[in-house]
Amino acid sequence: MSISKGEHGTVRESLIQALHLILKADPALAEIVALTFRVSGIALLISAAVGIPLGAALGLRRFAGRRLLVSLLYTGMGFPPVVIGLIVYLLLSHNGPLGQWEAPFIPRLFTPSAMILAQTIISLPLVAGFTMAAVMGVDPLLRQQVLALGATQGQAVKAILSEARTGVIIALIAGFGSIISEVGAVMLVGGNIEHRTRVLTTAIVLETSKGNFELAMALGIILLGLSFLVNVALVYLQGRAIRE
Amino acid sequence: MRRLVFCALLALLAATACRPSRAIHPPTPGAPEITLATTTSLENSGLLAALLPDFEAETGIRVHVIAVGTGQALRLGQDGNADVLFVHDPAQEEAFMQAGHGARREAVMYSDFLLVGPAEDPAGVRGLSSAAQALAQIAEKRAPFISRGDASGTHAKELALWQAAGITPSGDWYLSAGQGMGAVLTIANEKKAYTLTDRATYLARRAQGLELVPLVEGDPALFNPYSVIAVNPAKGAHIRADLANRFIEWLISPATQEKIGRFGVQEFGQGVFTPAHKP
Repeated sequence: MSISKGEHGTVRESLIQALHLILKADPALAEIVALTFRVSGIALLISAAVGIPLGAALGLRRFAGRRLLVSLLYTGMGFPPVVIGLIVYLLLSHNGPLGQWEAPFIPRLFTPSAMILAQTIISLPLVAGFTMAAVMGVDPLLRQQVLALGATQGQAVKAILSEARTGVIIALIAGFGSIISEVGAVMLVGGNIEHRTRVLTTAIVLETSKGNFELAMALGIILLGLSFLVNVALVYLQGRAIRE
Repeated sequence: MRRLVFCALLALLAATACRPSRAIHPPTPGAPEITLATTTSLENSGLLAALLPDFEAETGIRVHVIAVGTGQALRLGQDGNADVLFVHDPAQEEAFMQAGHGARREAVMYSDFLLVGPAEDPAGVRGLSSAAQALAQIAEKRAPFISRGDASGTHAKELALWQAAGITPSGDWYLSAGQGMGAVLTIANEKKAYTLTDRATYLARRAQGLELVPLVEGDPALFNPYSVIAVNPAKGAHIRADLANRFIEWLISPATQEKIGRFGVQEFGQGVFTPAHKP
């Protein structure tokens, strides 16, 4: 990797190196950070768009097969990401069921799209599961009251989600945390290709295997810092949600 | 205010998502590019970084490198997910060719393996001429040995040596790490254990302060030939056989072969690879 590396040393050296990389806006690092956020951000958006309605439906409605669906969801919440990576690899492989179509809307292996697909599958159960729990925690009387006041079903669901937004934000934090830190799946379906599919976690694995522990640690510190900033923003949203 | 933070987050996401970065977005369709599946040893030694920019500049073909173990690299080729392979496990390669997965296979260069271990050498194998005998002694003394255990070319070589020694290694002294060469050298260094390594990765890591020393080298059984394989274009229209062929021709051309021979001399004081096609 063309990220400039410094001298060997300790955790302190790693911290200095991390600061150094950030301050001089290392272009290789900027590229990796941008891709990391692009892949995990889009995956989280898709997970939120599908997972929040799904979680709300599972929390509010009673229908046949709900228990099975919830059990599947709970299993998905603890599924090893590398197995999801393996499944996505086999699906998208050129001799796999999806890959052999070569349709434009099917992601190709070793592209950011393939990584987004894998990360979406990883984070979706977390977002849906935590949303369901949050919605179920809302006082059931609220819905009846809102409906009694003449709201439509859609408006009632909106009111409940709004009431449960602290939990919904936790759902997003959990989903984001699971994919920004994930390495097994993106390594397999992304291939860790320089300038193309290299994200922070795969770069850390690469530098570790090369013995550049300080650079790897510096990248880890940067990942930690960026993750912290995103969570600060989300917690800020949550704080506002509680006060209002 | 909440809305503002939310909008800021969304804007950040949109900015990174839509950034017109040439480097990250897949190149425009039709632009020449090949996917090269290769071994971690070639990526980690720095050989590819020394060679590929020249190829890309000369031909305008972009090479996407996926560095994995030889086992996974061959599997990527078998699945039609790579155009060209640069690997080092003759037995697996021959099976790959016989099964019709490859269209062309050329010898590129040799490296060699070293048996490395702690300077104290508890099994007393220093200077032995036979690697198999050295392994037999390590097994007898139950001295710690770290195996790659990842179906890589290096792992295959290690298993062949155990077989030659007539030993099935097992016991608490034999640890299968299931990781790349760099990680295994780190483990061996920490545990003061023996391990089998390719010269390139070892030299690169020694320059960074690895304490393990070479104990057995020069045995013809430690020979490590690298080949390049063009994946059979019958696997689908997406396989860029023409570009893969150009890559192979370039790799075995006199100029590139000479460059391979010179690699490492400046940094480590000795060459790492011997070209197979002598200029």
